[in-house]
Amino acid sequence: MTSSSDVLPASRTGARLTLTDAGLGHPDAPVLHGVDLDVAGGEILTVVGPSGCGKSTLLRTLAGLLPPLAGEAAQDTEPLTGPSADRALVFQEDALLPWRSLRANVELPLAIQGLSRTERRSKAESWLARVGLAEQARQLPHRVSGGQRQRAQLARALAPAPRAVLMDEPFGALDAQTRAGMQELLVDVLRGTGATVVFVTHDVEEALFLGDRVALLGSGGLSALHDVPRPRDRTAHDDPARVALRRTVLSSLGT
Amino acid sequence: MTRNAHGADRLPPRRPRHAGRFAPRYPRRYGRFALRLASLATALGAWQLLTGLDVDLWLRFSQFPTVADVARAFADRLTGPDYWTDLGDSLTRILSGFLLAAVLGVATGVLVARSRLAEDLLGPLVEVIRPIPAIALVPVAILLLPSDEQGIVFITFTAAFFPVLVSTRHAVRALTPVWEEAVRTMGAGRLRILGSVVLPGALPGIFGGLSVGLGVSWICVISAEMISGQYGVGYRTWQDYTIVNYPGVFVGMVTIGVLGWITSTAVEILGRRLTRWLPRTSYVPGARAPRRKPGAPTAVPAAPATEKEVPHDQLV
Repeated sequence: MTSSSDVLPASRTGARLTLTDAGLGHPDAPVLHGVDLDVAGGEILTVVGPSGCGKSTLLRTLAGLLPPLAGEAAQDTEPLTGPSADRALVFQEDALLPWRSLRANVELPLAIQGLSRTERRSKAESWLARVGLAEQARQLPHRVSGGQRQRAQLARALAPAPRAVLMDEPFGALDAQTRAGMQELLVDVLRGTGATVVFVTHDVEEALFLGDRVALLGSGGLSALHDVPRPRDRTAHDDPARVALRRTVLSSLGT
Repeated sequence: MTRNAHGADRLPPRRPRHAGRFAPRYPRRYGRFALRLASLATALGAWQLLTGLDVDLWLRFSQFPTVADVARAFADRLTGPDYWTDLGDSLTRILSGFLLAAVLGVATGVLVARSRLAEDLLGPLVEVIRPIPAIALVPVAILLLPSDEQGIVFITFTAAFFPVLVSTRHAVRALTPVWEEAVRTMGAGRLRILGSVVLPGALPGIFGGLSVGLGVSWICVISAEMISGQYGVGYRTWQDYTIVNYPGVFVGMVTIGVLGWITSTAVEILGRRLTRWLPRTSYVPGARAPRRKPGAPTAVPAAPATEKEVPHDQLV
């Protein structure tokens, strides 16, 4: 296993997230044991694994929603004590507040940060425009499509400039075409933010497309960690190194 | 008509196929208003007919005041001084009791739903007091409170408090957990979560409790006024009954009905305004598909109808 910190340039703003010999899960249902993970600042780490292997648990622990049962979870060597605006979480399910318009949803984290009304409005509108929702800004979530709701979630997560973005199968419920569009949009909007990304998915293709590294979860722990070949062309699906990695990942997952 | 790629006739633009099935063939706004008015008028007409003709079958309408008697009594009341005092007194009592119950019921409901300590401390107390009908608390009100007026407000408050509390508690517990987690990961504190997630998310349930609570409040304010009031619609209605002024009793009943209707409509309108975000179903109960006139052309689906018209590679 190679650490990506020596491969990737250190980010100015991305948070370094670490798990050290961590046991994860609920006290009455532990899922993962002895997890060692070091996500460098600005890195995109994708996490794949079969259903129920603890992908979401890993993410919720990094978000600070779930304390580790053993070991330590830390951000920049500071142990996590709970959720923080530094680490935004994007959910698979619809986590927009249904009584707020898309714009008001994006404004919420900015309001929590204490931004003035005009500042947060203009910031929210520019982020909604960036994810292609300028026209729908004043719509309620149930009035727009599933893909548009996920775009709004993405805007809400990125608007307060978090140092890490944790994404829990955010495109899992979308159709293939929308999903491909969302992946490209994600790469586009992440460019320049410098944020660290941990992206959980069950789709190996998606993991290879997005990740700088791919972590495999299975049998109660972290089973492997692979660097995605570089220099990377995300569209080069038939690149021999990528094909070999895909084969390795799929065989590790037992599919 | 034009022909499409498959050679099938394309129909000129028409209403979407589902429009006939789901769009209501139901009177529009004014039509519905007329329907409601007609329903009331029919009930009044039947009442006047049965009492005017002194119908005495199994039900005895001969002792019953006619609509005209009640209307005359109503007109007399409206011009007298007591009616408006009664109305004002009853409304003040119900509004004080109900608003107090709304505020405290929502606060206690949220507290019990969100805090285990509050649930342990208040839960058993609530469950023991809740089954007691509010009107059975009249002796408690008389013993505890220095004036009858406060006693009536207390009874009204107790009546609405429990439905509001229980609905709020259920609504808060049923909140989608991911909403709160999302806001927590934005760095929100407890108060922010309360104001941004818990209260707005629980509003539909809270308004259910407020509607039920208001209804029970009216029952109890009128009953309490009958027992121990001075002035008030309930007091006046009971007074009329004791002096065998039946048209007066009906004036009281109609007044209570109208007041209850106005206040519950106000709560419902406020509730609908505040929960406009709820996705509403497009299904209209009782709506029927329009009947096709005999001889009218059958709606032909735009897709090819027969196998012959479908290219072979599309047959499955």
